[in-house]
Amino acid sequence: MIRRINPLSRVTSIAATSLLLSLTTASSSAFAAGRDHIEIVGSSTVYPFTTVVAETFGKKTKFKTPKVESTGSGGGLKLFCNGNGIDTPDITNASRRIKKSEVEKCHSNGVDNITEIQIGFDGIAIANSKKGQTFALTRKDLFLALAKQIPTSKEGELIANPHKTWKQVNAKLPDIKIEVLGPPPTSGTRDAFAELAMEGGCKTFSWIKALKKKDKHAYKTLCHSLREDGAYIEAGENDNLIVQKLEKNPDALGIFGFSFLDQNSDKVKGASMDGVAITFESVADGSYPVSRPLFFYVKNDHIGKVPGIKEFLAEFTAEDTWGDDGYLTEKGLIPLSEEKRKEIATNAKNLTKLKL
Amino acid sequence: MSISEKSASTQKIQAGLKRRYAKEKRFRLYGIISLIISFAFLLVLLTTIVSKGLPAFQQTYIKIDVTLDQADLGVDKNASEDELFSAPYSKTVKNSLKAMFPDAHGRKQKRALKNLVSKSAAYELRDKVIQDPSILGTTQTFWFLAKDDVDVFMKGGIDRKLPESERRIKDYQLAWIDQLIKEDRLEKRFNTVLFTAGDSREPEQAGMKGAIIGSLLTMLVTILLSFPIAVATAAYLEEFAPQNNRWVDLIEININNLAAVPSIVFGLLGLAVYINIFGIPRSTPLVGGLVLTLMTLPTIIIASRAAIKSVPPSIKEAAIGLGASPVQVLFQHTLPLAMPGILTGTIIGMAQALGETAPLLMIGMVAFVSDIPGGIFDPSTVMPVQIYLWSDSPERAFTERTSAAIMILLGFLVLMNLIAITLRKRFEKKW
Repeated sequence: MIRRINPLSRVTSIAATSLLLSLTTASSSAFAAGRDHIEIVGSSTVYPFTTVVAETFGKKTKFKTPKVESTGSGGGLKLFCNGNGIDTPDITNASRRIKKSEVEKCHSNGVDNITEIQIGFDGIAIANSKKGQTFALTRKDLFLALAKQIPTSKEGELIANPHKTWKQVNAKLPDIKIEVLGPPPTSGTRDAFAELAMEGGCKTFSWIKALKKKDKHAYKTLCHSLREDGAYIEAGENDNLIVQKLEKNPDALGIFGFSFLDQNSDKVKGASMDGVAITFESVADGSYPVSRPLFFYVKNDHIGKVPGIKEFLAEFTAEDTWGDDGYLTEKGLIPLSEEKRKEIATNAKNLTKLKL
Repeated sequence: MSISEKSASTQKIQAGLKRRYAKEKRFRLYGIISLIISFAFLLVLLTTIVSKGLPAFQQTYIKIDVTLDQADLGVDKNASEDELFSAPYSKTVKNSLKAMFPDAHGRKQKRALKNLVSKSAAYELRDKVIQDPSILGTTQTFWFLAKDDVDVFMKGGIDRKLPESERRIKDYQLAWIDQLIKEDRLEKRFNTVLFTAGDSREPEQAGMKGAIIGSLLTMLVTILLSFPIAVATAAYLEEFAPQNNRWVDLIEININNLAAVPSIVFGLLGLAVYINIFGIPRSTPLVGGLVLTLMTLPTIIIASRAAIKSVPPSIKEAAIGLGASPVQVLFQHTLPLAMPGILTGTIIGMAQALGETAPLLMIGMVAFVSDIPGGIFDPSTVMPVQIYLWSDSPERAFTERTSAAIMILLGFLVLMNLIAITLRKRFEKKW
């Protein structure tokens, strides 16, 4: 009788051995044995800046390149505040300041020693194709064009937004259809747009401003709700896609971060807001109204446990990085004033504890 | 039966026959049309990807004469390696460029001048000096990577006829580039960086190697776990499980349902179980492979069961008749004969897993990882995630790299299919 060695059984035995091997190495190398790289999570707006610093840090020094995840500001803080262990992130990015509720959550999980570092500003551009007309908008125009409900001349009365063209919103604006491409609700850019542009326009009605004190919820719903009848088009998180669509449709406007306007200045132009053009300078000095500060938060208890955190902070707060001529400005970050930079760099060095 | 009657029914049949032939012709035509449509879609897809992605396989290099001034660098030949490591090489590169184009003035132009060359030049210079400190104090000629804007321009991505305000490359930069071209200092070469470097935020330095290795490690974990588990499950259910048992039926229904569960659900499960309970580190090929194992298991089980079922009973019965035990029958006859089908199912499952991003989002593999992973415990990304991250980057030069990355991923899928076909051919048995 011929005894055939079965090729299959050999394959299975190899597979089984390697499986066992990999599992034993898994348990022996012990997951909790510490990390040799910095872990960063958080805002997708800060992500492009942090990644550049992380990469430069990794190439310039002998430390490993930090790993940067884009989870959104809220998601990042949730992971960050989950505990003080080595399996939680060391740094989280945020395109807004940490909330009181989040600080409390951090505290209840033992995360008390945090340093806050503001890195600069981000402007939100309302832009259209270079071939299209030039827009000079106000926040009130934007609110009246894009809000789900708008107030009538009678106080306290609301109607569904009837505006079809920009001219109906404001006689000075061009007579073209209202068509705005913007990010979906999951995006931080959308939150900031609602808060800074829409709410800014909304507040110009005195009775709505008064409503804020009486019924904060109703105020927020009224000011932050965008139209769902096709005038505001959710174009996904991909800002490149919005730029491409604007190029094809010169009548449409798009909403995205300043860095995308900066990179695509040959294709699209930004509208001025309340009479201020969107430029590097106007966002930096705060005169352009739709801009927001960007932050990151550091877990000080991880210093010494994860190598390189202090050096990473030093790299981030160096003038070559976040200064007026630093490499972050090339990626579209709008720097803080020199004084502020000095102050925050000292905070970063001393790991000043966050106080709200 | 009279003749007239006969011819009438023949006529009837003939008339009907004509209709039936026409129907068949129409049906064939529909088939051809749908074939043409699907091929046209495929062709459009492939041509757009290839035409967009091809330029990315070339990269512009700049030749620069670098004077490694020891005073500028603050080190000499006898400096320690640490001192050599941290010397300001970017200043040297900047000074060399200034020497070539002394006409640059003003902050904007000086910055633009610096940006002719990639930031990687300084690191390359550093590595060269550490390798051979004796070049300090001399003037050397190096080819450095050109910055992405110069690269895009050289490939025709920027139209010089546009008015200056609408161009990313200004007139003074054009003059520099023209001079460089005249002096033969600009050269387009095959883009090896794309295959040898990890991810980077600078398009000219960005490569797929990290993602490719990450994908391979993840697939390794997936196949090592899912293949034996799936084949054992399928074999047990087909050959050993009691028939008409309510529990077995329930398991079968669940496996079939699992195959249709959206993949993001597996990501959530992975986050809850592997990361939060077992404490496996985030963003590693290990946890990615474990999650993708869950996702591919049902696919492989279903395909393996179908393959095992299609093995002729006569072969099994003959083996049993000759005194083989059920396990012998399974390993020596059923599984080898079912192998082609099992392998096809496995490869389909693997190909699915290779293209998956949604479940990886939850376990932190959608991340910026610049270092190339060295094992299943190092943070890493996978190829489709790399494509997603590049498509989302603002820099223009990433557009072509996104398409190039898609081409590389498609290349891997074709390769996997080839392996599947070869394996199938080897194991295939005719009876």
